[in-house]
Amino acid sequence: MLQNLILNIDAGTIDWSRAQFALTAIYHWLFVPLTLGLAVIMGIAETKYYRTKDEFWKETAKFWQKLFGVNFAMGVATGIILEFEFGTNWSNYSWFVGDIFGAPLAIEGIVAFFMESTFVAVMYFGWKKVSAGFHLASTWLTGLGATISAWWILVANAWMQCPVGCEFNPDTMRNEMVSFAEVALSPFAVSKFCHTVTSSWIIGAIFCIGVSCWYLMKKRHTKLAIESIKIGAGVGLVAALLAGGTGHKSGMDVAEAQPMKLAAMEALYDGGTEQGLKLIEGIEVPYGLSIMATNDPKGYVPGINDLVNGYTTPDGKTEPSVEEKMERGKKAIEALAAYRKAKAEGADESIVNYQLSIINSNMQYFGYGYLKDKTDVIPPVAVNFWAFRVMVGVGCLFILFFAVILAVTYQWPKALFGKRDITALPAWHYWVAIALIPLAYIGSECGWLVAEFGRQPWTIQDMLPTWASVSDLQSSSVMITFFLFLILFSTMLAVEINILLKQIKKGPEV
Amino acid sequence: MPQKFRTIYMAKENFLSKVFHLYYDGFRSMTLGKTLWAIILIKLFIIFVVLKLFFFPNFLKQHADGDEPSYVANELVERAK
Repeated sequence: MLQNLILNIDAGTIDWSRAQFALTAIYHWLFVPLTLGLAVIMGIAETKYYRTKDEFWKETAKFWQKLFGVNFAMGVATGIILEFEFGTNWSNYSWFVGDIFGAPLAIEGIVAFFMESTFVAVMYFGWKKVSAGFHLASTWLTGLGATISAWWILVANAWMQCPVGCEFNPDTMRNEMVSFAEVALSPFAVSKFCHTVTSSWIIGAIFCIGVSCWYLMKKRHTKLAIESIKIGAGVGLVAALLAGGTGHKSGMDVAEAQPMKLAAMEALYDGGTEQGLKLIEGIEVPYGLSIMATNDPKGYVPGINDLVNGYTTPDGKTEPSVEEKMERGKKAIEALAAYRKAKAEGADESIVNYQLSIINSNMQYFGYGYLKDKTDVIPPVAVNFWAFRVMVGVGCLFILFFAVILAVTYQWPKALFGKRDITALPAWHYWVAIALIPLAYIGSECGWLVAEFGRQPWTIQDMLPTWASVSDLQSSSVMITFFLFLILFSTMLAVEINILLKQIKKGPEV
Repeated sequence: MPQKFRTIYMAKENFLSKVFHLYYDGFRSMTLGKTLWAIILIKLFIIFVVLKLFFFPNFLKQHADGDEPSYVANELVERAK
């Protein structure tokens, strides 16, 4: 194998495997949100065509569908590489996860293939072959298919952050699903899905407005640009407000299931009640963090030190220290070894059952048995702190941006925007809108940085750290594939941007 | 063939023919789609043939000798020491 021929270079297998996974996920995430977002834009445009029978709306819908198609084609199968990485770089983790991932990912694959291959074909090939109603339904179902795909992927991701609906089987060494409903409808997954999808609509809206503003600047396709801006700004404003609401719910879930992540997001070392939300270091919104985490201005939020050393909440709930959890984790691992040895030697059933009971009673802290130091549970605080602020800051900026764009487009209120003509603004206004496209991606990717850096060191929250999950590979081989991907992904991204820009320059086919 | 079954058969044939022509005519009249399909096929080749075969073998299949639970158990127990 090529992997065995590559020179061993001194670098951590864990770090390179993490870097490679992050690179692949970030690249994959460039396509997904635009697919989900543009699906809404093109759906609304075609709905307008269906209702008015005005050819203008048909051309508008076709134009956005064309850009959707370019993005869709470029994103196809980029997520598969993540599954390859699970099998090669993260084999212990993949095995340990068991069938929890199998079901959602299989459903995702089947739904994606059948729904998207059917309805995408009708959407692009069926304008003259199916009724307007069926075509419209196909356009919306294409978007719905992509959204359902996202659901299953996010169910899998949410399970890693908050494992539910499973039982560990020490014979198979796998987590086995005991409740599909608990896994598929876990509150963590629902919040994650809602927040991710609404934030994706923002990207679609920003893209739509940015492209339209470019046309306004070039004085081309003015009607399409104005009407698209109206759709984009409307969708964007609703999505940004929803993303704020769903983000709050996600924050509460994180406070419950991953309090260390929340503490890192806030760089909160010593927690307590009535905690303020830092805007930046030194400036904070009073009670903000308590409200975000508990919906109560007087709510208790533990800090990093509290979580490491253990704490008792004002209502008497006690959380053990990391050292206590480490002891229980080690007990679970030792019992696992003893259980498997007893079984292999055909020992008495009472001995086997005794070890099994120790495993079960300590399983929730299994991953702590791998920690060498209690501070190993602290994720990178600076990354979480700033990524969270960029994500929230960008989201707030977009609420304002969409509101202003709507006001200018509809020239309301008249006293403020009555004399503003969106087709005759200074060029820099349009450039600002175009520049917001990459900013939207930065905000979105920062959301994922918070989600994924914040759960370090865990691949499965409290159950498995990265260094127990990774395969026993040479770091050099992972490094080589990392750079291979970097070249491949950069090339493919350059190709996509090139095709996308050419199609935008070309404009709608009227 | 009874009239009822003939009608169903013809309707089915008509439906399948429509589906076939949807795809056939659609693929034939593609412009930008041809470029996108070419890119998709190249990408799929790179992903499934080059990457999967040469760089992403199934690690456990190669190392566990068919007894994955024991291999993973040993790995997880040893790494905790």
